[in-house]
Amino acid sequence: MSEILLEARNLQISFGGVVAADDVSLAIERGKNLAIIGPNGAGKTTFLNICTGWIKPTRGRVYFEGQDVTPLPPRRIVRLGVARAFQIPQLFTEHTALENLLISAAAREQLGNPLQDLHRIRERAEMLHLLDMVGCADVADRLVVELSEGQRKLVDIAVALALRPKLLLMDEPTSGVASSEKFKVMEILVKALAEAKVTSVFVEHDMGIVSRYADEVAVWAAGRLQMQGSPEEILRHPDVIRDVIGEAV
Amino acid sequence: MTLRLAIPALLILAVAAIPFAAPQLQLLMNLALAKGIAVVGVTVLLRAGQVSFGHALYFAIAAYAAAFLSASMPGADLALVLLVAISGAVLSGIVVGLFVVRYRGIFFGMLNLAFSMIFWSILEKFYHYTGGADGIRLPRPTVFGMALERGPFELIMFYLSVALVLLLGWFTIRWFASPTGQIFQTIKTNETRLQYLGVSPQRALLSGYILSAALCGTGGVIMGIVQGVVTPEFAWWIRSGEMVFIAVLGGAGSVAGAFVGAVIYEAVRVYASAFAGDIWQLVLGGFLLVIILFAPKGVIGIYDAALARLTGKGLTGKGRSE
Ligand SMILES: Nc1ncnc2c1ncn2[C@@H]1O[C@H](COP(=O)(O)OP(=O)(O)OP(=O)(O)O)[C@@H](O)[C@H]1O
Ligand SMILES: [Mg+2]
Repeated sequence: MSEILLEARNLQISFGGVVAADDVSLAIERGKNLAIIGPNGAGKTTFLNICTGWIKPTRGRVYFEGQDVTPLPPRRIVRLGVARAFQIPQLFTEHTALENLLISAAAREQLGNPLQDLHRIRERAEMLHLLDMVGCADVADRLVVELSEGQRKLVDIAVALALRPKLLLMDEPTSGVASSEKFKVMEILVKALAEAKVTSVFVEHDMGIVSRYADEVAVWAAGRLQMQGSPEEILRHPDVIRDVIGEAV
Repeated sequence: MTLRLAIPALLILAVAAIPFAAPQLQLLMNLALAKGIAVVGVTVLLRAGQVSFGHALYFAIAAYAAAFLSASMPGADLALVLLVAISGAVLSGIVVGLFVVRYRGIFFGMLNLAFSMIFWSILEKFYHYTGGADGIRLPRPTVFGMALERGPFELIMFYLSVALVLLLGWFTIRWFASPTGQIFQTIKTNETRLQYLGVSPQRALLSGYILSAALCGTGGVIMGIVQGVVTPEFAWWIRSGEMVFIAVLGGAGSVAGAFVGAVIYEAVRVYASAFAGDIWQLVLGGFLLVIILFAPKGVIGIYDAALARLTGKGLTGKGRSE
């Protein structure tokens, strides 16, 4: 029994002359890992921006668990169970890696006791475990500005996971991660997602990662969703090889 | 570690001894403590990367609320006066805050200034109610139903101020470390992430804004009661600027720095004036210049560095005094 978690219908948006979303319709099934591929500037990030309410489409609607979330601000959509990791990590730069996660947990639980120390909240062990899961336990007490680009990406994902989302949107999770580490990182992530029963959408340029970890692939080009299908059929499609894979090489 | 605790403890004891050891300093110190509490309010906002150039508004609102209450209810109790005054600051902080928390940086700073200027004009122009530029008297409140003579009353106000400094300083430091306080401080670094944690940055900023209004109000009402008169000068923009000045001087973002800064500021202002008129601005201006150029963490930053050298321990990024 498949069930639609998030559904986009006929999304439309342009910036100046650039059409970044052109009649985009896509349904995301619960429990699946969906990869989005496409050349630079195709509108992949824009799609995530619209799904999370950051950008409002001029036409079209977004439904999450059947509820129309198009008019809601990001924070309301997040509270319904959509979390996001960014192409460029969005972290609190004056805080440590662990503190970034603790703040996420505090936001999730809406902790409000003015005399409680953030470092002493009940969720601390859970957050340490999460940092450990993404391989960043050893840098827990370092300011995030001192971390490597790859570590920051992982902490950014952990911050999103700390919200215990139903759906996690990741924008190029392995960019900035050393290529020798990419598979290891994805292995950890996919395992963590399965363990937490989180549905995921990830934008990815590495076709090796896509073929290995995606249950389904959506191909973007020039603001349009060009095709959608299993990794086997999509990655072998001549158009995809010419327009996407060719360009990525 | 013991030195880190011993020095502040000694300073607090020295302040507490003033009414007996150096009574001529008592009034000066009391005014400095009142100002220090207000400066903590400005310091709170600095932690979120915001500067208000209008927080004298809350200083004045609390002071005038106390004056109006005492005028309409002669012999009102000190506790009641404080409660009403601080509530006034908090309420107006909520109303003005709901509006200004939508802005950041220069717009936030200037909007606060605008509100304080409007209030200042009201105080000046509505002469019949506010006494205009002369202000209104704030008669001595009773203490637990007793009408006290000037001496004992001033002594009570002094120790009440010391107690409030310790209590509010302690609370603010704890609040900074709490989940709400930490979320408030992320306004400075990443509002995008904050929204994607399901938090409204506006509401996060409002929480600290209300605290800052309460602190400024507390400082204002103490100042009003100790001086026995409140004037529109309480809301004047120079006074708002002075709070920012002291906050930066003491150590932007540091609670202890707010008090150290306030004491230094008042001392220089009073004693330098004794030598030559207007020389205190020169001294303080030069001092601030040196601080910004060579010690951007303020007097508290210098203290931390000296302590680190003394105890032979390096300062980590997080190892600063609150
Ligand atoms: N907020 C915005 N304002 C103006 N133009 C925008 C905005 N967001 C996206 N664009 C434009 O829309 C187009 C699609 O951008 P988008 O970031 O969605 O592409 P992408 O597929 O994520 O590319 P990349 O692989 O480089 O990350 C680009 O031409 C971009 O310049
Ligand atoms: Mg992108």
